[in-house]
Amino acid sequence: MRSLIRRRAMADLPHDPAPTKWGYRYQRLMLTPGVRAAMRIGLPVLLVSMVAGAWFAKPENRAMLEAQIAQAVRGFQERPQFMVQSMTVTGADDAILPAVTALLPKDYPQSSFDLDLLAIRARIETLDAVRSASVRVGPGGVLQVAVTPRDPVALWRDGPVLRLIDAEGVQSGTLATRGDRPDLPLIAGDGAERHIQEALDLYARAGPLRDRVRGLVWMGERRWDIVLDRNQRILLPSDGPVAAFDRVIALDLAQDMLERDVTIVDMRNADRPTLRMNEDAAAALRRVTTPNGTGN
Amino acid sequence: MGDLYDSQRAMRQMRKAAMQRGVVAVLDVGTSKIACLVLRFDGPERVRSVDGVGSMAGQSQFRVIGAATTRSRGVRYGEIDAMQETERAIRTAVQAAQKMANVRVDHVIACLSGARPRSYGLAGELDVSGGTVTEQDISQVMANCDVPDYGTDREVLHAQPVNFALDNRTGLADPRGQIGNKLTTDMHMLTVDAAAVQNIFYCIKRCDLELAGLASSAYVSGMSTLVEDEQELGAACVDLGGGSTGISVFMKKHMIYADSVRMGGDNVTSDISMGLQIPAATAERIKTFYGGVVATGMDDREMIEIGGDTGDWERDRRTVSRAELIGIMRPRVEEILEEVRLRLDAAGFEHLPSQQIVLTGGCSQIPGLDGLASKILGQQVRLGRPLRVQGLPQAAIGPAFSGAVGLSLFAANPQDEWWDFEIPADRYPARSLKRAVKWFKDNW
Repeated sequence: MRSLIRRRAMADLPHDPAPTKWGYRYQRLMLTPGVRAAMRIGLPVLLVSMVAGAWFAKPENRAMLEAQIAQAVRGFQERPQFMVQSMTVTGADDAILPAVTALLPKDYPQSSFDLDLLAIRARIETLDAVRSASVRVGPGGVLQVAVTPRDPVALWRDGPVLRLIDAEGVQSGTLATRGDRPDLPLIAGDGAERHIQEALDLYARAGPLRDRVRGLVWMGERRWDIVLDRNQRILLPSDGPVAAFDRVIALDLAQDMLERDVTIVDMRNADRPTLRMNEDAAAALRRVTTPNGTGN
Repeated sequence: MGDLYDSQRAMRQMRKAAMQRGVVAVLDVGTSKIACLVLRFDGPERVRSVDGVGSMAGQSQFRVIGAATTRSRGVRYGEIDAMQETERAIRTAVQAAQKMANVRVDHVIACLSGARPRSYGLAGELDVSGGTVTEQDISQVMANCDVPDYGTDREVLHAQPVNFALDNRTGLADPRGQIGNKLTTDMHMLTVDAAAVQNIFYCIKRCDLELAGLASSAYVSGMSTLVEDEQELGAACVDLGGGSTGISVFMKKHMIYADSVRMGGDNVTSDISMGLQIPAATAERIKTFYGGVVATGMDDREMIEIGGDTGDWERDRRTVSRAELIGIMRPRVEEILEEVRLRLDAAGFEHLPSQQIVLTGGCSQIPGLDGLASKILGQQVRLGRPLRVQGLPQAAIGPAFSGAVGLSLFAANPQDEWWDFEIPADRYPARSLKRAVKWFKDNW
C-alpha cells in the first residue's frame, strides 16, 4: 500500500555534506604548506621547464633560435646610426700613412659593433714610427684615427744599420745613409740607446765643435767618447762628462788644441787630462826636442 | 587511572607542540551541532597601545581564523552514538573550517557534553615538617589524595587542585616557597564514562587528527560565559544544549562541581513533534521561530501554520496557536530547570557566597526563559553569551557557541591540572636516579 505521507524522492533529499574520506584527505594534503608551495611554484616551474626542455631537445629548434637571435642582433647592429662610412687619419706623415692605412679595415660601410677599436689601436701602436694613436668612431660614422708619430732625436748605428731613435730610446725607423738626416747626432755603442739624453746634452754643448762631431760612442756601457773628424776622439769620464767636454772646448777655443795633431783627448781622469798625438807629430816632436837630432 | 593520566600528559605535550606550530582546532561535539574553530596563536600580543590589561582581557593572543558548524549526526545526549555518522559530521566541520582558515590543522582540542560526568572532592595531606614547600611537595600532596573508587569504566577528565592550605592558613593559590608543617590540598576531580571518551578519541583519530586536549563542555562554557567576578565569588553556568544540559559551579576561579542533565532542546523539539504530529524538522523550525515559555493573551490569537505535509494540500492546513506551542514547551523546559535545581541543591550551591546562575547554550535563546528560570533557580539569573574573541564570525557569537569559545579559551590558557605538575618521586620507575636522590634526602 502506498503510504499517505508523500515521500521525497532520493534526488530531492539534501545530499550529505560530508566529504568522502579521500576527498577530505586530499583537501588536507593540499593545505599542507609544502604541498601548497610545490603546487603554486614547483609545478608551474616544472611544467614550463619540461616544455622548454622538450623544445630545446631538437637541434633544429636550437639552430632556429640561434639564427633568429643572430638576425635580430645584426638587424640592430646594422642600423644606419651604427654604420661607419669612412675614415680619416690625422697626424701621420707620408712615411707612415700607408702603414697605418694598411692596418685599418678596408671595406666600408661597416657596423661599428664589428670594429674592435682597441685592437686596431694596439695594432697601430705596434708600428715603430708611431708613438701613440687614438681610434674612435666620430660623428657621422667616421672612423677617426689620430696618430702621434715618434720624433727622432738621434741616429743609432747598430752594426750595419742606421736606426732613428727618439728621446725614449725607441727606434722609429731605419735610414739607408747618414746623409739623409745630417741634422741628427749619430750615436753608437752597446746600450747607447738607453742613454740618449746624456748624448743629446753633450751634443748640445758641442757649440763650435758641432760641425766636426762625427758621433758619440758609448764606451764600456759607462761613458761617452766623442768622435770628431780627422780621427780625433775625446774620451769623457763617466762622472761629469759635460763639464769635461766644456773644458775640452775651452782648451780648443784658447789654444786651438783640436786643430793640432792630436788623436785622443783623454779627460777620463779629471786631474790629469792627457793628449795623444799621432805618430807623425810625435816623431816630429821627438826630433825637435832631441839635441843631436839623430836620437839614440 | 594511570591510563588516562598518561594520555592526558601526552595530550598536554601535543597541545604544546600545536601551540608552537601556531595552529590548533577546537571541536565542540554537541548533540545538535558540531562546531569547529581554527585558532592561530601569534604569541603574546605585540602592539600595546596603553598600559594595563591588554585588549580582550589578554585573550588576544589567539585569533579565530576559521569557523564552521554543521548539523550533528550520530550524537545522542552528548555522547557518540553512531561512530561513522559522527566521523562524517566531524569531517564536514573540520574541512569547512580548514577551508576558511586556508591552513591545515593537525591538532584538535575537543569537548564532550554528556558522558555522565561525576564530581568528586578529594583532600590530600602531607607533612612538610617545617621546610619550605617545593614543587615536589605539591605533587606529593596531590598524590596523597585518597581517590575514591569511581569504577573501572570511568576516566578522570579533570583533576584540578582547587585550594591549598598550609597549617591553619587556607585559600592559598600557590604555596610554593612558604614554610609550614602540614600541607593540605582540596582537589576537584571529574570523571566521565570511559566508553564515551574512547569513542571520541577514535572518531578524531579516524579523521586523521590528533587529540591535543579533552575538556568537559560544562566547564568550558563556564569559562567563556561567566565574568571574572562571578567565577571568583561563586556562580553556576547552565549550558542548555541540544541533548544534554551541562552544569558547572565555579568558586574562586576554579570549577568545584560539574554535572550534566540528560535533557535538552531536542527533548523540547520531540515534545512539539509528538504533541502537534509534525516532523521533527518542522518542529525544530517552529520552536526556533515561535517558541517561548510565557504565554500572554496575544499568543492565543497568533496562529502558526504547521503544514501537515501529508500530501493532502487542500484539506490538511493545520494551524496551532502560539499559546498551544508554549503550552507544550513550557513543561519540558520547567522539567529541565527543575532537574538542574536538584543537581545544584545536591552540590550545595546555596552555601556559596554568591548564587549567580548564568544560562547559556542554544536553548537559552527561548524568549522568556530568564523569567521562568528565576522562578525555579533563584533570583540571580541572567542569560550569558560567550566572551568575544578575535576573529570570531558574527554567526558564531551566540550563546550556542559558548562551548566552542570556552574551548578556545581553554586551549589558550589551560588551568593547571594534576598531570601538569611534576610526577611525584615515588611514582618514578624503580631504578630512576630521581628516586635515589629522594631516598637520600629523606634518610639523611
